[in-house]
Amino acid sequence: MLDTNYDNDKLTVFLSGEIDHNRAVGLRTAIDGRLTALRPSVLELDFSRVSFMDSSGIGLIMGRYRSIGLMGGELRVTNVPDNLSRIIALSGVNTLGVMK
Amino acid sequence: MKNVQNEMHIKLLSKSTNEAFSRSVISAFVLELDPTIAELADIKTAVSEAVTNSIVHGYRRESGMIYIDAYLTSDRNVIIKIRDRGVGIEDVQRAMQPLYTTAQEEERAGLGFAVMQSFMDSVSVKSAPGKGTTVTLKKRIVALR
Repeated sequence: MLDTNYDNDKLTVFLSGEIDHNRAVGLRTAIDGRLTALRPSVLELDFSRVSFMDSSGIGLIMGRYRSIGLMGGELRVTNVPDNLSRIIALSGVNTLGVMK
Repeated sequence: MKNVQNEMHIKLLSKSTNEAFSRSVISAFVLELDPTIAELADIKTAVSEAVTNSIVHGYRRESGMIYIDAYLTSDRNVIIKIRDRGVGIEDVQRAMQPLYTTAQEEERAGLGFAVMQSFMDSVSVKSAPGKGTTVTLKKRIVALR
């Protein structure tokens, strides 16, 4: 199940719970399915309800950065809780200009 | 190992649903030392990385068992050994380099060891091709202030 909102050419995905390798596999397929169907100009990944994330979550962000980039769109990563900021900083994702 | 005050040993199949299970078990086991929420999150993340490595890399070709041995010492150290009997790592130093991955198509970020090193006090890796991999994670839980 994917909690999304599509409005004004922007697809927002509300991620929740724990993002590990097991969860990331399903999320990747589900998000890319929506991207292919809608071809939005902005993909927003909202992390406000994510309680745990390991480097699989980083892979998920990097992969979506590529998917939306190939469509000429833009990725925005929003509402990252404080407890995830260390892994985000370690990954360098914050240097891609996607953190909003 | 010196000053062990508690220990735990589990053996689980290399199924990706066991990633969440293993970090929950470790987190419950460590509670005895009264860790902060941040310390607990660090340990959970590091264990998740090591167990995922065993599943994604160690047992890439076939499934197998993952062994987790955890110890709490009287000087407040948590020591966690995560062992598999999978394919092993040819070049450990290279595998530990940030962004190095052999599973690009699976969107592995190549950050597993970097996360373990950053979130734990020490990480040691013993591995050889065909012999499996043992990752030992260690962290001292700071006493209640």
